[in-house]
Amino acid sequence: MPTFQLKINGEPHTIEADNDTPLLWVLRDQIDLVGTKYGCGIGQCGACTVHVDGNALRSCTLQVSQLQGMDIVTIEGLSKNGDHPVQEAWKEIDVPQCGYCQSGQIMTAAALIKNNPNPSDKEIDSAMEGNLCRCGTYVRIKQAIKTASKL
Amino acid sequence: MTKVKTQYNRRSFIKVSAAAGGGMLIGFSWLAGCISDTKVEEITVPNEWFDINGYIKIGDTGLVTIYSPNPEIGQNVKTSMPMIVAEELDVDWKNVVVEQAPLNTGFYQNQFAGGSLSIRLSWNALRMAGATGRRMLLEAAAKEWEVPVLDLTATQGIIKEKNGERTITYGEIASKAVGIEIPEEVELKETKEFKLIGTSVKNVDANKIVTGKPLFGLDFKREGMQLAMIQHPPAFGMKVKDFNEEEIKRMPGVKDAFIIDTAIKEPSWSDEKGFLQLIAIVGDSTWQLMKAKRAIKANWEVISEMENSEMHLKNLEDAIKTGNVEESRKDGNPDEAFKNAAKVIERTYSSPFLAHNTMEPMNFFANVTNTSAELIGPTQTPEALEGSVSKLLDMPIENITVNMTRMGGGFGRRLYVHFGVEAAAISKKIGAPVKLIYTREDDMTQGTYRPAYQSNYKAGLDENNNLIAFSVKGSGLPEGSVFPNRFPAGTVDNYLAEKVNAKTNITTGAWRAPRSHFTAGAEQSFLDEVAEMAGKDPIDFRLELFDRAIKNPVGEKHEYDAERYAGVLKLVKEKSNWGETGPHIYRGVAAYFCHSSYVAEVVDMVLDNGYPKIKKVWCAVDCGIVVNPDAAKNMVQGGVIDGIGHAMYSQLTFNNGAVNENNFDRYQLMRHSQAPEDIEVFFVDNDIAPTGLGEPGLPPAVGALANALYQATGQRLTKQPFANQIVAKEFLD
Repeated sequence: MPTFQLKINGEPHTIEADNDTPLLWVLRDQIDLVGTKYGCGIGQCGACTVHVDGNALRSCTLQVSQLQGMDIVTIEGLSKNGDHPVQEAWKEIDVPQCGYCQSGQIMTAAALIKNNPNPSDKEIDSAMEGNLCRCGTYVRIKQAIKTASKL
Repeated sequence: MTKVKTQYNRRSFIKVSAAAGGGMLIGFSWLAGCISDTKVEEITVPNEWFDINGYIKIGDTGLVTIYSPNPEIGQNVKTSMPMIVAEELDVDWKNVVVEQAPLNTGFYQNQFAGGSLSIRLSWNALRMAGATGRRMLLEAAAKEWEVPVLDLTATQGIIKEKNGERTITYGEIASKAVGIEIPEEVELKETKEFKLIGTSVKNVDANKIVTGKPLFGLDFKREGMQLAMIQHPPAFGMKVKDFNEEEIKRMPGVKDAFIIDTAIKEPSWSDEKGFLQLIAIVGDSTWQLMKAKRAIKANWEVISEMENSEMHLKNLEDAIKTGNVEESRKDGNPDEAFKNAAKVIERTYSSPFLAHNTMEPMNFFANVTNTSAELIGPTQTPEALEGSVSKLLDMPIENITVNMTRMGGGFGRRLYVHFGVEAAAISKKIGAPVKLIYTREDDMTQGTYRPAYQSNYKAGLDENNNLIAFSVKGSGLPEGSVFPNRFPAGTVDNYLAEKVNAKTNITTGAWRAPRSHFTAGAEQSFLDEVAEMAGKDPIDFRLELFDRAIKNPVGEKHEYDAERYAGVLKLVKEKSNWGETGPHIYRGVAAYFCHSSYVAEVVDMVLDNGYPKIKKVWCAVDCGIVVNPDAAKNMVQGGVIDGIGHAMYSQLTFNNGAVNENNFDRYQLMRHSQAPEDIEVFFVDNDIAPTGLGEPGLPPAVGALANALYQATGQRLTKQPFANQIVAKEFLD
């Protein structure tokens, strides 16, 4: 089996996996980073969102062989103490219901705010459109993104 | 204070208390990690914990652990149930950590998440658990100081002498409270004395959720654990015969492959009815299992009819025409009244099969040995799972343990236990611990769907526009969606409600607010049309009907309290400034009663480039005492989005027994840009013991949506999903 050198949350990892293994399963099965969630496996729900070189991408459709040398950040590495403005805002607004999709929502929101510190409603909608929330916390997510942009 | 008799099974109470110290409630290495948030670091970690009763454990530093008995599916009971215990225990919430309790039928009652019943059924038990703990601590302090217990008070975790200087904290006295006899009677607070209940407390798992800590069943890991996937038949009406077993076993990462049979004797409502024989593949890499699954070549045999959506529509219609009436109610003489009516209106409403689509697909951990079975994972009905596994393995219930993880959604889907049973069957076969994982496609095509429905409504008005006749006849695959004794029963002199069932081999199950979600949409948009025909304001029209039910109800009984029903309509009318809408805002209203709670909603819509967009939703809710107001609002907001989203966009269709929509590229769920911009929730303030909230927010949203769509587009939409009709008829030009 081929091996790959990945940089995840600032740490180097040597991974043995099939070429086509999605990053999602490398994170969950091999590195025990289970904050990145499996929802659909086809890039339609956003539960598996991570940052690759600062961009919010779906880890279920990224193959491990494409990622060497790139800077991968997962929800566990978004902040050292769980106090990224988006995480703080999520707690302040008490966004989660079941909570399963929220790490993906937070990762997409964090990338949005980094590039666009004061997004409009329409900009929030278009950035977040790929992240499904089955519990229906959309109104609070929008509120939390606006709160985070002021923190 | 109110004195109440404690209602515990005293022997099991003591047994649990004693066992807890030995590890029964405390010892799960992974689940102990499910202690809420970071308070443990802020408050000195206790050197010793003392078990007061099965709900409460107090550390020598004053930190209090409260066990949350029921499964957490996002309805927030892991926060609100311990709040109720903490209120009566009278302890500062800052000093409380929460732990998920395991299934323990000897001690806890009603450990399930369904029917919006968690808080409603456990309200008294939780209060008593807290009050009992408080009383035991007081007695321990009284004994220590050699004073009568009546001379002491306890508040916020500190016991004081009423006429003296001495104080002692719960943490300091806890060791002496162990073994104090459980009081025969305890005093409960008056509702006006509540300090914690009625305040907004944040989700106890919030820190873990936002930092991605392991919480969910799919996150569970155990040393030596294997992974497994299943393959069920590609269509309803099919059964597996055989498959390329040897080829699959040779694939990389695959350790074993076989067929399991999960049929059990005397299955209950929560057991699988469709796919009982499954191909199972075992390995240690999820991705390699997914690839092996795709390489399966199986022979399937046809064992019953391969159904399709056209057939379903016809079967629903035929059932209404010729099916047996299973349940009904008749007041007065509807036939005669319709003949005499000045105006008559008839409409047919329908909705398709739906999937639950919890964001966390079905999964479960099982470790079956010759003498025991351990099950850990997401289940709304741990007790039912325990029973089914006991039957499958022919093993006594006492040898089976079930632990609940936080769940990535429930919506009724995890009331059904097949995935836990399948995990047990696989673990037994391989003789090792295993975690079964469904792919999204497995999850969406497995069945257990929200049934498909059709209902015919008819109403008659006299020459003064009074409603004199009303009838509804509804069919469903497999059960019609008619509640004969709900509104408008009791408000119309001539009334007929008939429920008809129809056959299908598509497996179905309870889906958030079962049947109510469809009935509310159909009935409430029908009444909107009736009100329009009568030339009356839709809220005034409904209030007139409730007035009749209050003053002079028709028939022997109806299931609702007309005053409370009218109350939420009046509240939403006031809060939304009904009747004073600005230009270009299109409004619809609906109200519904289910799961013992009353909800009225107003949807405000605008046209955005000619396409309807929901601006705001106003909700008025009467669910009795609200334990945790902001979380309760979250629940109602979720219900609104769930109701609107599914009515607008979602459907499952069938071709030759197979589901056409098998993932989120084809099955449409509401997304961010389609959600209302704001949802405001108001609660009726009263002292009634709390009732359901997980479901009641959903049903009226469907009716209010349909009625707002009519105002915005001029179209009365009767077939869900509505978005299909809007695009086809109204906005393509």
